[in-house]
Amino acid sequence: MKRKLRDLPPALLMLVPSLALLGVWTIYPLARAIDYGHKRCDSTFRNCTDAGWDRYSQVFQSKQFQDALMVSLKLAVMTVPIGLVLGIGLAVLADKHLKGIGIFRTIFSSTVATGVAVASLVWFVLLQPQIGVLADLLSDWFPKLKNPGLLNDPDTALPAVALSSIWASLGFTFIIMMAGLQSVPRDLYESAYVDGAGSFRRFTNVTLPMLTPSILFVTVVLTTRALQSYGEIALLTQGGPQSTKATTTIPYLIYGNNSVIHNDIGTKSAAAVLLFLLCLVFAALQFRGFGKRVHYGN
Amino acid sequence: MAYGAHVAQVRLESVTKRFGEGDDQVTAVDAVSLDIHDHEFMILLGPSGCGKSTLLRMVAGLEDPTSGDVYIGEEWVNNTQPKLRDIAMVFQSYALYPHKTVRANIEFPLKVRGVGKAERAAEAQRAADVLGLTDYMRRKPGQLSGGQRQRVALARAIVRNPAVFLMDEPLSNLDAKLRGDTRAELVDLHRRFDSTFIYVTHDQVEAMTMGSRVAVLNAGRLEQVGTPQDVYDFPASAFVAQFIGTPPMNLLPPGVLGTDDVQVGIRPEHLLLTPGGRLQATVTQIEHLGHEVLLHAESAAGRLVARLAPSAALPAMGDSVQLDADAQHMHHFDATTGVRVS
Repeated sequence: MKRKLRDLPPALLMLVPSLALLGVWTIYPLARAIDYGHKRCDSTFRNCTDAGWDRYSQVFQSKQFQDALMVSLKLAVMTVPIGLVLGIGLAVLADKHLKGIGIFRTIFSSTVATGVAVASLVWFVLLQPQIGVLADLLSDWFPKLKNPGLLNDPDTALPAVALSSIWASLGFTFIIMMAGLQSVPRDLYESAYVDGAGSFRRFTNVTLPMLTPSILFVTVVLTTRALQSYGEIALLTQGGPQSTKATTTIPYLIYGNNSVIHNDIGTKSAAAVLLFLLCLVFAALQFRGFGKRVHYGN
Repeated sequence: MAYGAHVAQVRLESVTKRFGEGDDQVTAVDAVSLDIHDHEFMILLGPSGCGKSTLLRMVAGLEDPTSGDVYIGEEWVNNTQPKLRDIAMVFQSYALYPHKTVRANIEFPLKVRGVGKAERAAEAQRAADVLGLTDYMRRKPGQLSGGQRQRVALARAIVRNPAVFLMDEPLSNLDAKLRGDTRAELVDLHRRFDSTFIYVTHDQVEAMTMGSRVAVLNAGRLEQVGTPQDVYDFPASAFVAQFIGTPPMNLLPPGVLGTDDVQVGIRPEHLLLTPGGRLQATVTQIEHLGHEVLLHAESAAGRLVARLAPSAALPAMGDSVQLDADAQHMHHFDATTGVRVS
């Protein structure tokens, strides 16, 4: 006990840089947002009155929030499973010991160095009905690419945003899965091979179970990213197309220029805190749900 | 069906394995020919990097020979998949599936072969009974000790009742005590199963105590094949002479005891304190091991080790001593090639 007390001052001293960063950039803004969440303020944010803590409940039950929540969830459902499957697939392909595979590994992982803004711009150009390459090439099969354009149709705008989002996240998923694959002992594959397991069985009995820590990590990160999607929405659809709100996610509802709560700092803060809780609940559910199936080696 | 019902000899004919290309090419196994008899416990022994594991992996089908032929029974198996070779392999790391229970690990080879659930369970139980794993069937490998994991790996190998067991240093991750116990159990298992065992190790104690025969490899080449006693008593080369035996054989430079083109080797137990002996040396260290004493001495011919009885009259450190051996206990090797002359 004495020793623990003696160690406390140097321990605290060493923790100061991390605690200071966490305090300034995370805890303080969160506390301010929670505080703003139950206030009604004027446009200067200086004159605020108490709106009561049930403001959170009102915001959660409001149509705007519920609609945005559905859009965010749909985006997560579209991006997370496909992103995972593609990431694992590419990683398994790139894990083969083939000549020149390093080039493919570099290409597959390149989007990790591509910002959301760049990725969105790339897809904005690709999906342009007039000049976009995809519209030119594929409009015979998908007429909507030309008229009105995927981003301009309320039915296809969210999948188009999801496409951009999946592409942008693929490098990250690929790198994590590659790292996971490289840590699988080769003996396990060889043992399964000697025992007679074909490539599919080796994948289901060795690769997938051994990748579960990576899969859980990527699932949590991709879900959180999907729920927090803002950049691609702001750049590709501005929450639209037009007034449909087909791509107004919770972050766009909070920050977007076209948002109906654009000037309401109290409602925006409440929505932001609710989004934080939502991410927290999803992460907890994923850890709880998948936790038992995750195998961290021997 | 009884375990060990198969008959399988393994024959390697001029098997060579090279890795890499061009200047980076390395010959891991160099024209090795070896007949492993049916029901034999063959040890592949050699230092790290000598090619013994590569040789085993070629028998398993995990590596393709660059040239040469591999036969299991009468069948040429160079192009045969591992699952069709009627072999089972135990890996150094045990290679147990960490997410599966002990039962599922043992059943796995049967499951991939499409064996029905009931038969699988019965066979797994039988293998578990043989290896004393019945109480651990529901545990995962992470909940087992090293020795228990090793048993699970063995159970997974025997459950298929293969013709040939391949073992790649399966005891090297165990502590000394457990290694000793498991050595005896493996010998017992071989006796009960009466199958062909091919066992890779760099540990000469394992080789001497377990093998029906020992194949000593060095730098990809087969140096000698024989019973452990033969290999010890009549080493075919200076390398084998020094690799087998603890402490290793004293190898005297050419010309010290004999002609200039011959190296003389003397086992430590045959090097005797002999007044007037031909090897003059100064005692540098005396190790009392209880059942024996190892006397280390520095001579003009290099460092010498003599194994003495604890009751022997021992010199003191720094004393000058004379050592010699009977001619019948001297081994002669060609000074250039290292090959045994007599």
